[in-house]
Amino acid sequence: MPIDVLMPALSPTMEKGNLAKWLKAEGDSIKPGDVIAEIETDKATMEVEAVDEGVLAKILVPAGTNDVAVNQKIAVIASEGEDASAVSAAGGASLPGQADPTPVAAAPKAAAAPVSAPQTQAALSAAGYDASGEIPAGTEMVTMTMREALRDAMAEEMRRDGDVFVMGEEVAEYQGAYKVTQGLLQEFGPRRVIDTPITEHGFAGIGVGAGLAGLKPIVEFMTFNFAMQAIDQIINSAAKTLYMSGGQMGCAIVFRGPNGAAARVGAQHSQDYTAWYSQIPGLLVISPSNAADAKGLMKAAIRNPNPVVFLENEILYGQSAPVPKDENFVLPIGKARIARPGKDVTIVSFSIGMTYALKAADELAKEGIEAEVIDLRTIRPMDVDTIIASVQKTGRCVTVEEGWPQSGVGAEIAAMLMDRAFDWLDAPVLRVTGKDVPMPYAANLEKLALPNVAEVVQAVRSVTYR
Amino acid sequence: MAFAARKSATASKAATAKATGKKSSSTAATFSREEDVSAYREMLMIRRFEEKAGQMYGMGLIGGFCHLYIGQEAVVIGMQMASKGGDAVITGYRDHGHMLACGMDPKGVMAELTGRRGGLSKGKGGSMHMFSVEKHFYGGHGIVGAQVSLGTGLAFANHYRGNDNVSLTYFGDGASNQGQVYESFNMAELWKLPVVYIIENNRYAMGTSVSRASAQTDFSKRGLSFNIPGEQVDGMDVRAVKAAGERAVEWCRARKGPYILEMQTYRYRGHSMSDPAKYRSKDEVQKMREERDPIEQVRRRLIEDWKVGEDELKAIDAKVRDIVNEAAEFATNDPEPDPAELWTDILR
Repeated sequence: MPIDVLMPALSPTMEKGNLAKWLKAEGDSIKPGDVIAEIETDKATMEVEAVDEGVLAKILVPAGTNDVAVNQKIAVIASEGEDASAVSAAGGASLPGQADPTPVAAAPKAAAAPVSAPQTQAALSAAGYDASGEIPAGTEMVTMTMREALRDAMAEEMRRDGDVFVMGEEVAEYQGAYKVTQGLLQEFGPRRVIDTPITEHGFAGIGVGAGLAGLKPIVEFMTFNFAMQAIDQIINSAAKTLYMSGGQMGCAIVFRGPNGAAARVGAQHSQDYTAWYSQIPGLLVISPSNAADAKGLMKAAIRNPNPVVFLENEILYGQSAPVPKDENFVLPIGKARIARPGKDVTIVSFSIGMTYALKAADELAKEGIEAEVIDLRTIRPMDVDTIIASVQKTGRCVTVEEGWPQSGVGAEIAAMLMDRAFDWLDAPVLRVTGKDVPMPYAANLEKLALPNVAEVVQAVRSVTYR
Repeated sequence: MAFAARKSATASKAATAKATGKKSSSTAATFSREEDVSAYREMLMIRRFEEKAGQMYGMGLIGGFCHLYIGQEAVVIGMQMASKGGDAVITGYRDHGHMLACGMDPKGVMAELTGRRGGLSKGKGGSMHMFSVEKHFYGGHGIVGAQVSLGTGLAFANHYRGNDNVSLTYFGDGASNQGQVYESFNMAELWKLPVVYIIENNRYAMGTSVSRASAQTDFSKRGLSFNIPGEQVDGMDVRAVKAAGERAVEWCRARKGPYILEMQTYRYRGHSMSDPAKYRSKDEVQKMREERDPIEQVRRRLIEDWKVGEDELKAIDAKVRDIVNEAAEFATNDPEPDPAELWTDILR
């Protein structure tokens, strides 16, 4: 039996990648452990090793092909005793369950990865970003991933202010565990881009100390799961010192990193801390859903004189969106964005929750329900005025978040609306949240533990009595 | 010994001495008349201030936690004599002495203890939380050991800016068992940060004696596995403290990295005002007061060695009492913060 070689995944969240080059040619014999190809994403490069012995009968995806889906068949190996040319013919002819590879193969190598080929667009459509006209029409836009947007924001602010520096695990030589700090070491050197040991409590405290002394640290946590080791320094030292000193001594610092569930990484690596940090006076808490917000708010966070907890999302890192080209594009902290206008129901979300919210709004539109979708962007201070104004129009509200229900962001919004918009509510506020369980590993259970579009749609039907 | 040998090629004499775990000799350090007078005045200031704070606590004027520094005065005064302007100071919750030593206004400190608007933190910080940008005093921290990472960060800032200021980071024998202390030691040595770790070993972490809490009771050795030099110092002798402080500060300013000083000291009062002190005998405290008192040692030198007259000593005592009484009076009569202050200083 010929052996299929499939496109491997580099990380739990990878969906596709580029086949950079083949290191073996058709007809070459292969031993287990031989490197046969190199694949890359905007985050990393990896070698594909052969597991089986045989002859490389057929290459199905040529070198230089971009956006090859994970698990797509990329080559066929004829095992010992098989006729490689026969296998080659068979392999090339049939790809059950796969799209015809020809169009992929035909993609010219010159069309490099989207990340390295910024497209300029005339302007953003209102539905694509913002209904309130935050970005003036005609602004030149560049399409980039959230990962690049965050990197560019940091780089621009580091160019602007010599007191800004980045520290964290693998931020420098490794180029960032999630490649968010890619290239910063090369531009700014080891004095300002600092690899730390694996010691979150210690380096968070060092960051806060440097902040108290007037520097502007960006402290990266490889993920916010690890920041629990450091949460004392974030809350007791960073958030409270200004108050405890009677306004005399504060701390301009950004704690940033991916937050929440990634994919199949289990309970200890899949927690949403938004509600935790959003409870703390003295902190600003930001969690963007798209590249433009990520850039504009990261720049705002770095310039802000207060401690900021900046919660990113691993799954969103690779998603591209148009971002204003202007280096002075800084968004206001504490201002929500109406991502989609509507009159029948208000859906409030943030970060990856926006993915469910917007898809649900599309579904609901087919049923004749016009949902207004609000992207909080900043969780603390929360833009309650925008939520209230929307609820005064729609009379109904559904919140969407991946975090747990008890004392969550949705719980806060529900309580706030009871307090400040009770007379406008035509239905109870409903929360769509992550389930009240530690994150399971099994794929089906993980899916069940996270919110989904159907749950949002159902909640909206419920509050609109449909 | 292995460490001493390894370092000896580059280390100064001081570092080699320390690595052997030797106690630094207090007889090596001598003070001029002016230094002894100054040390006496400054230590007495802390002593009288803390005694007054204790009285005011008893009168209900000071609330919550109040940790007195009585008995440990030589540590912070000796270290201040070894440091220079611009050096950062940070400590834990037993912090009144450090503030006074840094030159912060006794009235402002006392009014903070009483929670009044003229307090250094406008009455919003309390005994454990005062700060001074002007005097480079960075608190005043209530979470045991947190100031060690913060103090390392202050050193990071000096290192980043390329100046020659150091960070004087104080913590106790109790804090020495916290994990972040060692995380900080590691990074400080790795990055050669100019921080002097001053371990004020007053023998008791609240009610737990050093021997009941610490596997390694020689705190000067706590940095050995990171190659940080350390020495044990007679923390009741201000001259020994200053001499050791100078060695440590010089090491840091020469960009050789951090340095550990274990100050062997003693607190006469309880951990806080609400401490029944059942974990040690009255005799132990009494013996320490009679034989090792840091202020009495200097007073004796002033009389015996420097022939300072009774009048001059009385004048110093009276001056100190006046300052403390003035601070107490201010702290008693100053109004409480305006209620509107509840909502200020959360963000800037």
